[in-house]
Amino acid sequence: MGYRLKMKLWRGDKSGGELKDYEVDVSEGEVVLDAIHRVQAEQAGDLAVRWNCKAGKCGSCSAEINGKPRLMCMCRLSDFEEDETITVTPMRTFPVVRDLVTDVTFNYEKAAELPSFSPPPRDADGKRRMAQVDVERGQEFRKCIECFLCQNVCHVVRDHEDNKPAFAGPRFFIRYAELDMHPLDTNDRRELAQGAAGIGMCNITKCCTEVCPEGIKITDNAIIPMKERVVDKKYDPLVWLGSKIGIRNKDTESRVPAKQGKAGHIKRPAH
Amino acid sequence: MASTDARESTSGSMEAGVGGPTRADVGVRTLRGDRWWLAPLTTFVVFFGFIVYATFRAFAGKDYYSAPYLSPFYSPCLGDCVEGSSDFGQPFSWFPLSAALIILIFPLGFRMTCYYYRKAYYRAFWLSPPACAVAEPHGSYSGETRFPLIFQNMHRWFWYAAVAIGLILTFDTVISFREQTGVDASGHPTFEWGHMGLGSLLMVINVVLIWAYTLGCHSCRHIMGGRLRHFSKHPVRYKLWTWISKLNGNHARYAWLSLFSIALVDLYIWGLAAGWYDDPRFF
Repeated sequence: MGYRLKMKLWRGDKSGGELKDYEVDVSEGEVVLDAIHRVQAEQAGDLAVRWNCKAGKCGSCSAEINGKPRLMCMCRLSDFEEDETITVTPMRTFPVVRDLVTDVTFNYEKAAELPSFSPPPRDADGKRRMAQVDVERGQEFRKCIECFLCQNVCHVVRDHEDNKPAFAGPRFFIRYAELDMHPLDTNDRRELAQGAAGIGMCNITKCCTEVCPEGIKITDNAIIPMKERVVDKKYDPLVWLGSKIGIRNKDTESRVPAKQGKAGHIKRPAH
Repeated sequence: MASTDARESTSGSMEAGVGGPTRADVGVRTLRGDRWWLAPLTTFVVFFGFIVYATFRAFAGKDYYSAPYLSPFYSPCLGDCVEGSSDFGQPFSWFPLSAALIILIFPLGFRMTCYYYRKAYYRAFWLSPPACAVAEPHGSYSGETRFPLIFQNMHRWFWYAAVAIGLILTFDTVISFREQTGVDASGHPTFEWGHMGLGSLLMVINVVLIWAYTLGCHSCRHIMGGRLRHFSKHPVRYKLWTWISKLNGNHARYAWLSLFSIALVDLYIWGLAAGWYDDPRFF
């Protein structure tokens, strides 16, 4: 059964904007992105909205729906009452380009700063090996679709613009953790995670986990383990002593401290 | 507590954050219309209530022992404690204040630096942030990078202490399955094993919840196996890690339940020691 949906969409750019009212016909089974497309097709041809797969896998249509960071394509209209007004704004942590589109270059700069996977020399037969159980450990983190909703909701940068240069954000703490847990990576990322990536800025209030559309346990499985690894390196004299006298296992041997990558080649769009 | 009434107010973080010059000018702290304030408000009320109760009981210095039960706030009782309550001696018998104050730093430190409690009190007490996508009221933020919050990194030290406290509480629970039969020639109480009362049942529930909370700790998970890079080379530690991961998934639940059970056991023993009621004996 179709009905007439009331919406408020944020229209504007960096010079200013406002919430504008729209009414649009919607049908059973539709999602917020369908309604936005209908507004765009019938009433506001110049409405800017970023989208791609409509299946929750490309991470393009991130926005804030009734104040909550969500993917527009995965937000069912049936989650709301038929007489409820649905308000959609762009993500509020990143610079706005126009309407519902934001400039997420910040995230690509942070990705470039993260040292890439650095495997050791191959075995004598030209292969590299790792056990299945070690492969499986990182699979949860590889579900990330880079929608950047976690980066958007994180109050460290959402509420404090000045923290952006010194804070990589939850999406990249996932990557730090994944690589630090990787048996074949030769980079030791612990100092970098605390220093340049600013993992100490995170106060583990778990909003990143709450908004993740892939259900990745970002805080419990990536950020806290990475914090604990930093504690191993810097704040635990027992670990230090154990390493000195050789009774700690050699799991961290053959790793060298990683250097921060450069983000200078990342171009911000002109707008 | 912040409320939806505060939506229109501007604050430091509005200007430096979601109200900043490059951001979409939405003009309000949050557009969330749900009851986002309910969870931090509940946390605030319950935690504050516990703090008031625990502070009162810790400073009271009386009504913490009723044979064979010792309140968890006072265990181990290392100060100038009442007869029968000091199973580990009284090395701090000179301590002028309540004996609880000697040992409470350990469970208190464990919970204050706990990753779950940090989330809860940063949200409920410090509003940083009060809820997801609700702008916090602070103008600047340095997280856990500076004094004093950098000491949150000591969590695993408190975990080591919490394991010791857990063992002692387990000991207290075991010796609660006794009944006082009288006093010996030197005036010390004598006990007979194989008895149980409501107090023992409450102590068993409490100690199970305490262990579920202590062993589900994120630091424990890291120490037991999380710190490894090769699960495949350490099958026993990997197995431990998988078990602890299951407990860890319910860490918040056990944090709350064990908080209630500690207070309940203490309240029950307080009532027994003060003579408000007798302990129902099962056998």
